[in-house]
Amino acid sequence: MAYVLDLPAMTGPVADPMVPVPYRVEGVKRETHDTFSLDLAPADGAAVTSFQPGQFNMLYVFGVGEVPISISGDPGNCPAIVHTTRVVGAVTKAMGALKRGDLLGVRGPFGKPWPVAEEAGRDFLIVAGGIGLAPLRPALYTLMKQREKYRKIVLLYGARTPEDILYRRELERWRGKFDLEIQVTVDRGAAGWRGNVGVVTTMIGRAQCDPANTLALVCGPEVMMRFTLMELQKRGIAQQRIFVSMERNMKCAVGFCGHCQYGPNFICKDGPVFRLDRIEPIFGKAEI
Amino acid sequence: MIHSLDAVIRQHTFFRGLEERYIEFITGCAKNIRFEPGQYIFREGDPADQFYFIREGLVSVEIMVPERGPATVQTIGEGDVLGWSWLAPPYRWHFDARALRETRALDFDGKCLRTKCDEDHDLGYEIMKRFTNVVSERLDATRLQLLDLYGVRA
Amino acid sequence: MRGPVAESERVLESGRGAKHTIIAAQQLPELVACILKRGYELLGPTVRDGAIVYDRLNSADELPRGWTDVQEPAKYRLARRSDDAYFGYNVGPHSWKKFLHPPTHRLWKCTRDGGGLHIVADVPAPVRRAFFGVRPCELRGMAILDKILGGNGTADPEYKTRRDNLLIVAVNCGQAGGTCFCTSMGSGPRATSGYDLALTELLGDQRHDFLVEIGSERGDELAEEVPHRQARAADLDAAERTIADTRAHMGRTMAVDGLKELLYRNYDSPRWDNVAKRCMTCANCTLVCPTCFCTTVEDVTDLTGAQAERWRKWDSCFTLDFSYIHGGSVRPSAKSRYRQWLTHKLAAWVDQFGELGCVGCGRCITWCPAGIDLTAEIEALRASETANSHAKRKETE
Repeated sequence: MAYVLDLPAMTGPVADPMVPVPYRVEGVKRETHDTFSLDLAPADGAAVTSFQPGQFNMLYVFGVGEVPISISGDPGNCPAIVHTTRVVGAVTKAMGALKRGDLLGVRGPFGKPWPVAEEAGRDFLIVAGGIGLAPLRPALYTLMKQREKYRKIVLLYGARTPEDILYRRELERWRGKFDLEIQVTVDRGAAGWRGNVGVVTTMIGRAQCDPANTLALVCGPEVMMRFTLMELQKRGIAQQRIFVSMERNMKCAVGFCGHCQYGPNFICKDGPVFRLDRIEPIFGKAEI
Repeated sequence: MIHSLDAVIRQHTFFRGLEERYIEFITGCAKNIRFEPGQYIFREGDPADQFYFIREGLVSVEIMVPERGPATVQTIGEGDVLGWSWLAPPYRWHFDARALRETRALDFDGKCLRTKCDEDHDLGYEIMKRFTNVVSERLDATRLQLLDLYGVRA
Repeated sequence: MRGPVAESERVLESGRGAKHTIIAAQQLPELVACILKRGYELLGPTVRDGAIVYDRLNSADELPRGWTDVQEPAKYRLARRSDDAYFGYNVGPHSWKKFLHPPTHRLWKCTRDGGGLHIVADVPAPVRRAFFGVRPCELRGMAILDKILGGNGTADPEYKTRRDNLLIVAVNCGQAGGTCFCTSMGSGPRATSGYDLALTELLGDQRHDFLVEIGSERGDELAEEVPHRQARAADLDAAERTIADTRAHMGRTMAVDGLKELLYRNYDSPRWDNVAKRCMTCANCTLVCPTCFCTTVEDVTDLTGAQAERWRKWDSCFTLDFSYIHGGSVRPSAKSRYRQWLTHKLAAWVDQFGELGCVGCGRCITWCPAGIDLTAEIEALRASETANSHAKRKETE
């Protein structure tokens, strides 16, 4: 399976990739009722090693366990590494209880990133569903940093309800400051919500990007991604220009434990970002 | 830039592939219309004799729920078709539609088109095909909403 | 892949052109003793709990002399041989991976105190080990694990330490096992590389001795210490006859042509439902397989909460936990898990590591309580595909 746009996975300088490095919580932000962001920096005061948009870290809560969490901050400006997490199990629950000054173990960064480094002159259509906006935010930061290099940039973001919208202030600031079209929709409205109601896929037709020149970056629940991809391809965007971020059970994050396999791909090192044509034969197949 | 009605209808993907005489007829049934923010486009129970192309703006398809007020099920925006109850008896709106922002649309005389479709089944079939597609897309979207994909599984 | 090797480990040419000696059966204990004298921890086959397993050996007396194994799908029994063969059996429930890729292994210890988190990785202790009685299919299995755990950028330091300095005495197979199919996989019944010494037991016609093929300079030195004579052409012929005999008596085959494509084409084959009715997802196959490498990570604490450890343990794609992500398993059905295992072993493995993951040892067939035979499953998959295409053609006629 040839993968032309083969971007190297960048890992930080670690001696043993299975040994976490102690990091300190520098900041905690409650994003929504069940989602929070942690700012982490090395506990020994060493410089923060940067990362590429789309990569993730394995975060270890002492005595509880370890989970893969997408890095959601600005790769070009990171005095601390930002991770946005939703509380879904024991480890994320324990993480949600952490306070400034607490320590965690960090391994990473791992994985293949979004293709935002080299694509000058492109239109970007970014479709995010729910917490899927978190691993896409670093891509947005990177694009905004060199806005003049690209043509149209559109962000379509679907959240559950208005209360679940992430990074609200930041999105509003970007909308105002940059030439960035942002459409936010919710599955369920609420009193006082005057915006779009309906699934994010319904907004794709309206985004006026040139299909022959557009790169689409998609992240969200798999069903949402399936319908999004159908819509994107219906609008004429080729599989070679659609990128998705996949998720599976992960234990080692370096290709040994076998858990994150998706067909022949290891999501930890061949992904989590995949060009659609690489995984298209199995994408959407049940129980793969 | 104000496009002629004719140009807008011809450019819209919805009517693509229709015979020239039908396009002319349909254009004859259409007119430009504007809604202020908060203005109702139609109300539940009213006779459904029109359908709309939204050219600009945002429309809330909603229903009045006792103790809750208006609950939006979906919003319809630029480029979308609004309303198919004009095609199915008893030809009454099932939901409210209210402009959330200043909205410009094309208003089509559904009653007139309905009569013409009864007379000319070829036209009727073409219209039915296109509206079936709209309903199907809207149903898919509704089903995705129902799935509550962003919710946390227990 | 193993990096620069010591002079004494240098690998020599295999096959008829290699150096051969003959040692009498009575001298085998001397070979074992020489290995022990050199300070190696000797690991080899021995009878225990009704099976021939791999364990630490202190002398040649512990070898399974005069024993054979009788294997069929879902059946394993030991039986006494009518002769005194040292290696008259095939493979048991253990594979050498238990020593190279241990079932449980601590990765690090972590203490928490006022000063912070202190994580100390376990440093792999250097070992000096000898594997005695390694089958050709097992050599292939080790080579496969080398690719996954021993190289490619991030090598498992534990694996590398255990693999380095390993002395290997291989044994060519004098009989085909009840469930073997190494000939289909090109992994036997004769060892062609990866050993210091390769023995072929020559028993019968009033002889009982071993043809010893020298595979490395270290092996050469070792063999020199054991009383021996030069091998003659007749000895080489006898060995070849034995191996040819083994080859001719393989009980099953697996057609490997287009295997990867076959499996990739058949994710939706009804055949998987058939297997699913029989498979109990007990994970035996993955435990006994010499190439299954999947592990999980377990974080544990002591009661005080001040000390934590991370352990790595063998895991199996047959468990529900294996594919669990927030709220559920990606592969809840037995069907999907069996399909995952077989598709990985015989298709995805090729894309991942450049070769098939199966060595044809037959263990998964023997140790499956339902007797599921992957060679039969592949055949059925092929047949099912052909039947479907015939049916489709009939429809359109």
